[in-house]
Amino acid sequence: MNGRGPGATDLAGGSALRLDSIPLLTVDELSGIALETVAAGGRIASLFAARTKGIEGVQIFAVLADDGRNLLSVARAAVEGDAFPALAPLCPQAQAFEREIAEQYGLVPEGHPWLKPLRYHASWTGRDAWGRKAGAPIPPGVGDFFRVEGDQVHEVAVGPVHAGVIEPGHFRFQCHGEKVFHLEIALGYQHRGIEAAMAGGPDKRSIHYAETAAGDTSVGHATAYAQVCESLATCQEPARAQALRGVALELERLANHVGDLGALSGDVGYQPSASYCGRIRGDLLNMTALVCGNRFGRGFVVPGGVGFDVGADRADELLRRLLAAERDTEVAVRLLWDNQSVMARLEDTGPISKGVALELGLVGPAARASGLARDVRFDQPTGIFRFVQIPVSTYDSGDVFARAFVRWLEIRQSIVFVRDLLGAVPSGGIASPLGPLAPDSLAVSLVEGWRGEICHAAITDERGRFARYKVVDPSFHNWAALAYAMRGQDISDFPLCNKSFNLSYCGHDL
Amino acid sequence: MLREILSRVKQGHRTMKFPAGPPPGMPDRYRGRPELSGGPCPEDCGACAEACPTGALEFDGGTRLDMGKCLFCADCASACPRGLIAFSQNYRMSARRRQDLIVAKGAETFELARALDKKLRRLFGRSLKLRQVSAGGCNACEADVNVLGTIGWDMGRFGIQFVASPRHADGLLVTGPITRNMELALRKTYDAVPEPKLVIAVGSCAISGGPYIDHGEVLNGADSSLKVDLYVPGCPPHPLTVLDGLLRLLGRIDGEEEP
Repeated sequence: MNGRGPGATDLAGGSALRLDSIPLLTVDELSGIALETVAAGGRIASLFAARTKGIEGVQIFAVLADDGRNLLSVARAAVEGDAFPALAPLCPQAQAFEREIAEQYGLVPEGHPWLKPLRYHASWTGRDAWGRKAGAPIPPGVGDFFRVEGDQVHEVAVGPVHAGVIEPGHFRFQCHGEKVFHLEIALGYQHRGIEAAMAGGPDKRSIHYAETAAGDTSVGHATAYAQVCESLATCQEPARAQALRGVALELERLANHVGDLGALSGDVGYQPSASYCGRIRGDLLNMTALVCGNRFGRGFVVPGGVGFDVGADRADELLRRLLAAERDTEVAVRLLWDNQSVMARLEDTGPISKGVALELGLVGPAARASGLARDVRFDQPTGIFRFVQIPVSTYDSGDVFARAFVRWLEIRQSIVFVRDLLGAVPSGGIASPLGPLAPDSLAVSLVEGWRGEICHAAITDERGRFARYKVVDPSFHNWAALAYAMRGQDISDFPLCNKSFNLSYCGHDL
Repeated sequence: MLREILSRVKQGHRTMKFPAGPPPGMPDRYRGRPELSGGPCPEDCGACAEACPTGALEFDGGTRLDMGKCLFCADCASACPRGLIAFSQNYRMSARRRQDLIVAKGAETFELARALDKKLRRLFGRSLKLRQVSAGGCNACEADVNVLGTIGWDMGRFGIQFVASPRHADGLLVTGPITRNMELALRKTYDAVPEPKLVIAVGSCAISGGPYIDHGEVLNGADSSLKVDLYVPGCPPHPLTVLDGLLRLLGRIDGEEEP
């Protein structure tokens, strides 16, 4: 009926599922379902290992999204022994997920084409996929890197500490002259153990882990966390809270998109837009601070609703500031598109074709810039987005320009959305009591953060505590695209390509 | 070119007057320097310490709040049955010594960051070049440190600048809880900065580990491996808190009064 084989269970309407209602498949069956979904235009939203009560060994859970049909489903399989056949050779978007499973649980995805650690930490189970001795140091970024051999081919290594005020990561380029043949990215420097620490929760730190999973996406991750809790507690957050969460999420998108356009402008050496956008971004952050006292939205989203109300006066002030920011942004961004020397640097730089975007399972503006109409707010709506829809903004050239231009289109859509919503916030309370979480259940929540799809999944134990909490930041899907975009490009264009994705290191490393 | 000139006219001059003029207004819901008021708490209470996610509150006769661990979530203020904890509008929180970040009950004065000694001020007072190292930071501290370089704040006015190499730097500005995976890189970056050098820890992570306190993956802040010269609390600190701290360190602001 829905193009999926039997075995995958619908996650209809974001409600939690009892674990025993999810059939336990073999890994081959699970792989078959995942491949079928991907072949039909779907994608892997999350793929992770977990242990649950009453079932021997480790299971693999796959959260599969079929955006065209607005379907989200989950399947699970029991892994027998210490290894399982890898999906990655047939389905590249599984590659990082399978490396993660290997690192966290010590299971070997057999046939994985490039089985390296992802975050460089010790396994959670004592079993090691690489046969390293227990307690031996695991230095980050150390190990094999893909090498291109040949006359005059040279290697350029950058990071973990970079030149700007940015997070750490290691980039290894294989170059011939200025031309990049291959880029390999090693992350993990920001690993601070969020997923492991979420287990046993929810507790008083859980929301802070969500808010700082990627601190520039505090509202997005906190909303995903709150929705997981609400699904498990069968708690309906009030309509007013849903609307205000929507406002905060779009303000977060606005601030970051405007900031990114300014940073891209700076990277091509065009100062006017860089200066203006840098400041306007601050004005937008200050709007979030007007809502909740913190420029990054800390404390705003709470399980059950929101922590702060926005009354009529505050809404009016937000609208006044939004109008000013809109006018300033229009002037600042138009300069970019009207300037040929800027456009010459953006166009045809770092292209990702639609086919590659599909294969890598890209999300967010990066996917939409390659022509994929993929947006959780539209395809898998939750909260306010079930009632108010934001048209999906796409472009088809897949280059740095497309990634910039899609942001601009989204800025305009978000402004309209925030303005309409602030003019008509539903009345009522701002939070409902959460109540206890359902035991032995699974809940998944998707939120379209400004970088793309944020996926949180929680499995509870018999007491309703998190037995496993899985976070997927949009960057997790998209880092491979940055490496791909650099192929055949000049190495001097790396900062520009990098900024056009502006991926999160901490969101990946967790 | 004409468009650029017109846009410049429309956007106007935006650099703030601070510190010569008033600081930018803080939002009414801003949660700044915490204040603990009232007499002794009932011995059997401790609701604040119970509510705190990071153990920033100590409740053993006299309640104390460690701003170095505080996430400024105000869960303690909501939990206090007598409403004795408040987060004020005061953005000035930076300190030179770790113990100066501890707010005691009823304390009316606190030790804000003092200026560097004369010799260092002569070296850095008009030109302070910093290398930023994020060691597990969530990109909120990084973003709001970066914002000081935008035209609104224009930190360059004071000769403060972020530079691309530790060899060009007078010190490090560290964010994040210092992950084990960044320990070596941080150490190497520090070693590459010529003497004399400063270390500035920005955000509760860099001071104490923040939300990640006592995780095996982190080292609970910069002073686990480096001598810290300036602590800037917050999660993340408001850019004004960071700028205030830097200007105090350089002796360009002192005292409590608004300029």
